[in-house]
Amino acid sequence: MANFVQQCFNGLVSGAFLALLALGLSVIFGMLGVVNFAHGAFYMLGAFGAYVLLTNAGVNFWLALAAVPVALAVFGCLLERAFIHRLAALDPLYNFLLTFGIALVLQDLVKREYGVTSRPYPPPAELNHPIDLGLFNYPGYQVFVLAASAAACAAVWYLLTRTRVGVVVRAATERPELTRALGINVGAWVTPVFGFGAGLAGLAGVLAAPMRAVNPLMGADLIITVFAVVVIGGLGSIVGSVVAGFGIGVATALCNLYVPALSQTLVFVFMAAVLLWRPAGLFGREEARV
Amino acid sequence: MLQIRELSAWYGEAQVLREVTLDVPAGEVVTLVGRNGAGKTTLLRCVMGLHRHQRGYVGYLGGDLGGTPAHRRAAAGIGWVPDDRGIYASLTVEENLTMPRAGGENAWPLSRVYEAFPVLKERRRFPGTRLSGGEQQMLALARVLRTGARLLLCDEPTEGLSPLLVGQIGSILRAVKEHGVTVLLIEQNLHFATTVADRHYLIAEGRVVDSLDNSEVKRREHELLAYLGM
Repeated sequence: MANFVQQCFNGLVSGAFLALLALGLSVIFGMLGVVNFAHGAFYMLGAFGAYVLLTNAGVNFWLALAAVPVALAVFGCLLERAFIHRLAALDPLYNFLLTFGIALVLQDLVKREYGVTSRPYPPPAELNHPIDLGLFNYPGYQVFVLAASAAACAAVWYLLTRTRVGVVVRAATERPELTRALGINVGAWVTPVFGFGAGLAGLAGVLAAPMRAVNPLMGADLIITVFAVVVIGGLGSIVGSVVAGFGIGVATALCNLYVPALSQTLVFVFMAAVLLWRPAGLFGREEARV
Repeated sequence: MLQIRELSAWYGEAQVLREVTLDVPAGEVVTLVGRNGAGKTTLLRCVMGLHRHQRGYVGYLGGDLGGTPAHRRAAAGIGWVPDDRGIYASLTVEENLTMPRAGGENAWPLSRVYEAFPVLKERRRFPGTRLSGGEQQMLALARVLRTGARLLLCDEPTEGLSPLLVGQIGSILRAVKEHGVTVLLIEQNLHFATTVADRHYLIAEGRVVDSLDNSEVKRREHELLAYLGM
C-alpha cells in the first residue's frame, strides 16, 4: 500500500513537469497553430539558467526560481517578435521548421559551452531532507515541486477562467480568426502569450534542476512525451493538457511498479488509443481546424 | 453603406469570386441568394477582412477598407455571424456575449440582450455549445448586437432551424433593421428572404447574375427555386 501511494506521488511529481510544459505548448498551439518545438529548449534553458547563476554568481535556488522564468518569458517575447511573428501569415509548417531550428541552435550553443555530461545542482538546503508523510518518508524537495507546480497550474487556471485576459485568451486559442472578426487584435496577444508559455517552461526547468540531470538534451528528451500529452489532452485544450500531464505522470509511475518494461512506451500507447477513440483528444473539439 | 466593386477572390488556384459589384444602402436588408459553393460565404469573409487572396474595392461608409485588419473593421462597426454560428465551446454563454469589445451608440447593454433573449439569461453559465442550434443562433446574433455593429454580415442564420425559430430570427432581423442597422444576409430560404429583405442579389459561380426586389422575387419564385435546385 505504502509502495503504491509513494509511486502515485512520484507520478504526480513527474506529471507536474509534463503539465507545466503541456500547458504552455497547448496555449501557443491554439493561438498560432504552431507546434512549438523550441519549448523543450526553453525548459532546458531554465535548468541551465539556474545552474549558471549558481556556479558563476552564487545565486541561490530561490532567486533563480523567481528570476529565470521572467528572463525566459522576455526571451520568448523577443523570439516571437524577431522570428515567429514574421511567418505567422504563412503555412504553420514554416513556423514548425523555424522552432525546430531554434531548438537545435539553442541546444548546440549550450552543448558548445558545457558539453553533454550532466551537471549536478543541489536542492536548496531548506528542503534537502525527507518529510514524514505518515505512510512513508518523502524527499522534501519533491514535496515542494509538487506543491509549487500545483500552485502554478492553479494560478494559470485562475487567470484563464476568472479574468478578462483569460476569456480573450481562451477565445483566441479556440478560434483565432473569429476572435479577430469580433474586434480583438489577436496578433498583439500572441507575443505575451508566447512569452508566458516560455516562462512556464523555464519555471519547469528551474524546478527540474535539482531533481533531474541538467544537460543540453534534457528538453529534447522530454518534449516528445509532452507532445504526446498534449495530443492526449486535445490540441489547444487548456484543461486537457493539465489533466493529461498529471494523469500520464501517475499512469507511467504505476506502470513502472507493476510492468516496468512497458513504462517508457505507455504514453504512446495512450496516445494511439486516444487517437483511435477520440481523434480530437480527451478534451478537444471534434471539428478539424483549417 | 457598403460598396463592392469588381471584387475577385481565390482559394489557391481556384477563383471563387469574379468581379462582383454590388451595393448595400444604409438601413436596408440585402440578401445574397445562390447555390452552395457560389461564393457567398467568401464574399462576406472578404468584407470582414478574413480572406487575403482577393482583388478589387470594398468601400464602407465612404472609405476604402483596403488592407484594414479584421479587428479594426469590427471596431468600425462591421459584425459577422459565421455560417457555423461561431459559438465558443470554452466560453460560457455570458462570456461569449461579453468577450467582444463593445462600443458606439448602437451597442446593446447586457441587460437589454437578456431582456430580448431571456433564454440566454437563464443559461448564462452554460458552456456556449451546450445550447440548442436555435439558441446558439440567438446567441450569435445577440453577441454581434452587443458590440454595436452597424453593418451585420449574417451567413445563413436560418439554416437547419425549425419554422418557429426561423420566424423568431425573422422578427429579430426586422427589429434590428428598425434600429437603423444595415444587414447583408446569405439566405437559401427564398420565402424567408422576402419577409426580411429589401433587395436580393442572385449569385452564381462567383458572379452577380441578377439583382431583384421583393416583388420580382415573389413573381419569379418558381423559376428562382428551380435555379437554386430546390
